Amino acid sequence: MGSLLGKLFISFFQIGLFSIGGGYAAMPLIKAQVVDLHGWLTAIEFSDLVTIAEMTPGPIAINSATFVGMRVAGLVGVVVATLGNILPSIIIMLILAKLYEKYAEQTLLKKVLEGVRPVVVAAIFTAGLGLLQLAVVSFTSPDIFASVVFVLSFIALNSRRIKVGPIALLAIGAVVGIGWSFIF
Amino acid sequence: MKAEKHIAWEQKGKPPITFRFFLRLFWTTFTLSMFTFGGGFVIISLMRKKMVVELGWINDEDMLDFVTIAQSSPGPIAVNGSLMVGYHLARVPGALVAALGTVLPPMIILTLVSLGYKAVADNQVIAVAFGGMRAVVAAIVLQVTWALFKPLTHQKRALPIVLFVLSFVALYVLRINIMVVMISIILFSIIHSVIALKRGEK
Repeated sequence: MGSLLGKLFISFFQIGLFSIGGGYAAMPLIKAQVVDLHGWLTAIEFSDLVTIAEMTPGPIAINSATFVGMRVAGLVGVVVATLGNILPSIIIMLILAKLYEKYAEQTLLKKVLEGVRPVVVAAIFTAGLGLLQLAVVSFTSPDIFASVVFVLSFIALNSRRIKVGPIALLAIGAVVGIGWSFIF
Repeated sequence: MKAEKHIAWEQKGKPPITFRFFLRLFWTTFTLSMFTFGGGFVIISLMRKKMVVELGWINDEDMLDFVTIAQSSPGPIAVNGSLMVGYHLARVPGALVAALGTVLPPMIILTLVSLGYKAVADNQVIAVAFGGMRAVVAAIVLQVTWALFKPLTHQKRALPIVLFVLSFVALYVLRINIMVVMISIILFSIIHSVIALKRGEK
């Protein structure tokens, strides 16, 4: 059991350490460790995991760590795999955060980071368009529904009179979605 | 929309570090993570909406820098972003509390899902609930894009706009990997900044 937990920890530590650039960059690394190297999941189970990870909230790597941890060693496995996965982040980000707070006001770093900002905005825009496509195109029946929800949310967010937080709006979206499915 | 802009930050600034604050930080990252679908940039958008606009804990410039650093570092973007934000607000304890809030919802949900995942994957009600949430998330992310885009135009300089358009074409039209785009622009930005600073010295 101990060595199994050790393997689980090291596997997800590696996944965390080597996946730069978000969930889709982590995917092949997760598959290599979990399916090919250790055989903790079959290829079919892995593809199910990808589907679930896309359907449920949270980073794909954390979702995978939890799913695999649960399969391999129950709740202890969940904690060990997740910890292993985020430990590289914790170490690296604490160092970078410390450096940022110390040097952010320095002219060169400030200028460099300023230069990169348009890319980040473009990346967020791209993610938003991708989500919009996914929301409006992915389901056959809620097509119109998703479009209506999108437009109404957008209006609510831009309105000065309506004050609604992102989380409240999401909860409304989910409830309206369920309501819609019962009516149509 | 004008009313929300930056005023919160100037008035409130960093909150005092109390037990109540840590509870609030945990609850904020927990709920954000709970409802965030579709990758790191989405949660970053929601974080901005919540922490910059609603709570006024962080300003837009810092938030964008955090995204850059979170994206260019190993590990999940959402976790990295929470660690940066948490550290900014309350050093190491803040970072750990924010990270815990971010990882707990997926841990809880996936633990439950792994017990009966076929039922979840095939469940029509869950599918439509997610469908509704996706549409809302798309609206939030696009609205945040607009809010972040506006300051780029304020300086009345062409370069930020050109970089935005180039990055957008590279990412959305050409589907070039974000890391490639990011690293190219970081390199460009370093060279550009060094030249600009040298010129300023003379």
